[in-house]
Amino acid sequence: MRVLVIGAGQVGTNIAASLSSTHDVIVVDIDEDRTEQLAYDLDVLTLTGDGTDIDVLREADIDTADMVIASTDDDEINLVACATAKTESDPFTIARVKSHRYLRSWEGSESAYGVDFMVCSDLQTAKNIVEVVGLPAAVNVGPFAGGLVQMAEFEILPDSPIAGQVVAEADRFDSLTFAAIFRADRFELPSGETPIRAGDNVVVIGSPESVQEFASSIVPAQTPDRTDDLVVVGGSEIGYHTARLLEQRGLHPKLIEQDDARARELAEELPNTLVMEHDATDTEFLAREHIDDADAVVATLDSDQKNLLLSVLAKRIGVDRIITVVDTREYIELFQEIGIDVAINPRFVMAEEITRFTHEGIAENIAVLEEDLAEVLELEMSPDSQLVGRPIRELIAELPKSTVIGAVTRDHTFITPRGDTVLEPGDHVVVFVEADFADDITAMS
Amino acid sequence: MTVRIRVDWRISLGLTGTVLSYLTIPLLFPVAIALYYGEPIGPFLVTIAVTLVLAFGLNTVSVEGDLGAREAFLAVSLIWLLVAVVGAIPFLVAGDGVTAHPVNALFESMSGITTTGATVMLDFDAHTRSIMMWRQVQQWLGGLGILILATAILSEVGVGGAQLMESETWTTTVHKLTPRIAETARILLGLYAAITALAVVVLYVLFLVGLAPNMTLYNAIAHALTSVATAGFSPEPASAGAFSPIAQWVLVACMLIGATSFGLIYAVLTEAEFQRLRSNEELRFYLGGTAVAAGLVAAALTFDPSIDPNLEQTIRHAVFNTVSIVTTTGYASTDFNLWSPAAKHVLFTCMFLGGMVGSTTCSIKTLRWLVVLKAFYRELFTAIHPSAVRPIRVSDDPVDESTVQDIYGFVLLSLVLAFGLTVFVVVDAARVGLRVSEFEAMSAAASTFLNIGPAFGSAGPYGSYHAFPATTKTAMVLLMWIGRVEIIPVLTLFTRAFWRS
Repeated sequence: MRVLVIGAGQVGTNIAASLSSTHDVIVVDIDEDRTEQLAYDLDVLTLTGDGTDIDVLREADIDTADMVIASTDDDEINLVACATAKTESDPFTIARVKSHRYLRSWEGSESAYGVDFMVCSDLQTAKNIVEVVGLPAAVNVGPFAGGLVQMAEFEILPDSPIAGQVVAEADRFDSLTFAAIFRADRFELPSGETPIRAGDNVVVIGSPESVQEFASSIVPAQTPDRTDDLVVVGGSEIGYHTARLLEQRGLHPKLIEQDDARARELAEELPNTLVMEHDATDTEFLAREHIDDADAVVATLDSDQKNLLLSVLAKRIGVDRIITVVDTREYIELFQEIGIDVAINPRFVMAEEITRFTHEGIAENIAVLEEDLAEVLELEMSPDSQLVGRPIRELIAELPKSTVIGAVTRDHTFITPRGDTVLEPGDHVVVFVEADFADDITAMS
Repeated sequence: MTVRIRVDWRISLGLTGTVLSYLTIPLLFPVAIALYYGEPIGPFLVTIAVTLVLAFGLNTVSVEGDLGAREAFLAVSLIWLLVAVVGAIPFLVAGDGVTAHPVNALFESMSGITTTGATVMLDFDAHTRSIMMWRQVQQWLGGLGILILATAILSEVGVGGAQLMESETWTTTVHKLTPRIAETARILLGLYAAITALAVVVLYVLFLVGLAPNMTLYNAIAHALTSVATAGFSPEPASAGAFSPIAQWVLVACMLIGATSFGLIYAVLTEAEFQRLRSNEELRFYLGGTAVAAGLVAAALTFDPSIDPNLEQTIRHAVFNTVSIVTTTGYASTDFNLWSPAAKHVLFTCMFLGGMVGSTTCSIKTLRWLVVLKAFYRELFTAIHPSAVRPIRVSDDPVDESTVQDIYGFVLLSLVLAFGLTVFVVVDAARVGLRVSEFEAMSAAASTFLNIGPAFGSAGPYGSYHAFPATTKTAMVLLMWIGRVEIIPVLTLFTRAFWRS
């Protein structure tokens, strides 16, 4: 596939990087330094120019492009770039926007602005936050097969009851599969004898209930139904959407916003959220409102520095879980080092979502783990698939060796895959696979 | 230094004149009644003549210009005042009974046009049927407001009615049914007329099938006019007590409908969205509050040994009179002045409730109480969480903080004026040596100012305000006027700021 990426910022670069191995990628950016740098770093073609300029697009051979991904930081440029591309030929267009309003207009018509697929970064980030918040200790969560199957990645803390156990001891749940254990920058596929150590990240695939049970078994102090005691700090768009999505789950979060007009606006928009107008770095205020008792604090203030300060403060007063939005990619590690549980980078979320979508033609759904070290894919079995008609035990030998069949759904019911399970056409199979083999396995379905 | 008077009062006079000239149309109705019963038509012809001369005079002083908020306030206040003054003429010219006295005539007229329903009449038989019907017509006109009528007409002749509409509803936003205010006014008026006509039919059918022997066509029309208008005059000395139980239940329904927001009724009728009824918090609060109050009255009556322990009667009287007071109608199905103090005090408290905003009722109105109660609860909540930002929501819609403040002000001002009038009544009665208990004075003051009608004591449902001194009655006339135009427009007229830039 020939993919034209407009904008060589973090999002564009991420997308280009993850697509470059399997697709022809052309990156257009107005900044010559960036395009030059990118040409060195990645195996992509670069072009310096304005992505909304028809001549520049023609120079990039727009008529041969199968897909245009507009991923600059500017909503309007992305929309205009997509519309311009559509005037010349008919590529599949993907636009990244910050404004929720553009998304709503687009959802209303599905073809507005000449955009075929639109991703709203703030909303997507908020969705990610809410998924993570829903499961204590999870660092990555993704629903599959219309919600029948859930994938979750958990960090094992030193005080976790399963730290030091082997997988066979920890795996006490009927419809749960241990897919992988990440350790340092590598992962291994667990067998019953694999030990689980503190600091490991464990990936499980199973029914949402069993994943929830597993989640509470690794952090027994936190009962999952107490997740209604959630505090969102910062009334940014991400903060607003996070609170809104939590409300949709029937929860009653607290939201702290310092600006009085914005606080009022949020309070009017969010009927089930307790909006508080205060400086969230005021420790006296945090103590008075019992923020230290919260199950999780989500920092969505407008700068990394403020989020860092707040997260450190929240950690100090004893908040169990802190989820922070980090704009600068380089800070993510730093944030995690000082004990912040989850650092979410909106640009990475964005790139992941767009990459996920570009894969969607083949796989139904996808989750990217550990910065694209591995993927979890949902595959629908076609009648002529090589995978159907034989027990899984036999298939394992033919599959790429770092593959785990995590879950199967048939006619909207969950099936725990066992050695003698036989796949049928129409089944949805959720597999964990090393990123390099993702295309091999999708080809087999 | 000279201070320039900025309010262009001549525009307001012109508007008032135009509205007055249209008053001649409803005056033809009692003329028809008089002709039918062979009664003198002189009182009404004189009134028509005076009205036309006055209207013509006001129109000659008027100038062309834009209607601003101040001019609208002035016009609203003047329209109600002048319509009441002109409406008193038939009583004076007819010269029957106590309304031959100017103060009494003005009291009766103002009570009618403000849909108060407080009467000074002693012997109803002393008055002709056409005069009695004039009272009913005045109340019907006052029901949804001459303002609606005026708005429709004025917009028709090209004068903006939006300011007028706004100044009447004051703190609440008019639920615009159509983009054009004149169209909205016409829809509301049509709906009002249709409901009234339906009430006439239902009441008269009850008579025809023999279920309401006393509900003649005359009575059916008279009571339809004043029940949907939640006004309260009745040509029968025993008020609604003169009718059969089933007729009383029909009147209960009429009063309840009259006290429901007409915008809501229209929306439900045209869009068939019954969900809107359920989700309307004000409607639930209004009906719920009425039900609770009626339950309390019924309980009080049950424990009252002097009341006939007939269950149907107890419930009917409790419901009828509670609905009558809550909706500011002021009918009575029985002389509730004879009830126990418990029942009477519940009714007295109900006087301050009122129906929904956008209905024909007066008093403080349930929407304002709903907002005030929610604001109270918020005070308690923010005492615990001082940083919490909690907008007040009614039916899920956030209410502006400035509106909340306006409502606080309105409620407080209403209570102050009601109690101020109480003091006046007590002092003035003592001056002339009239024996009035504090409770009677309180109820009479509240009942007139909040435009309800009957009070307790001599001004009870089967009594009259005649005994009060002329000064008290004049004060009541003023407060009925202030109460009906929702206080603020009239009171602004008495501020320096209104008249100066």
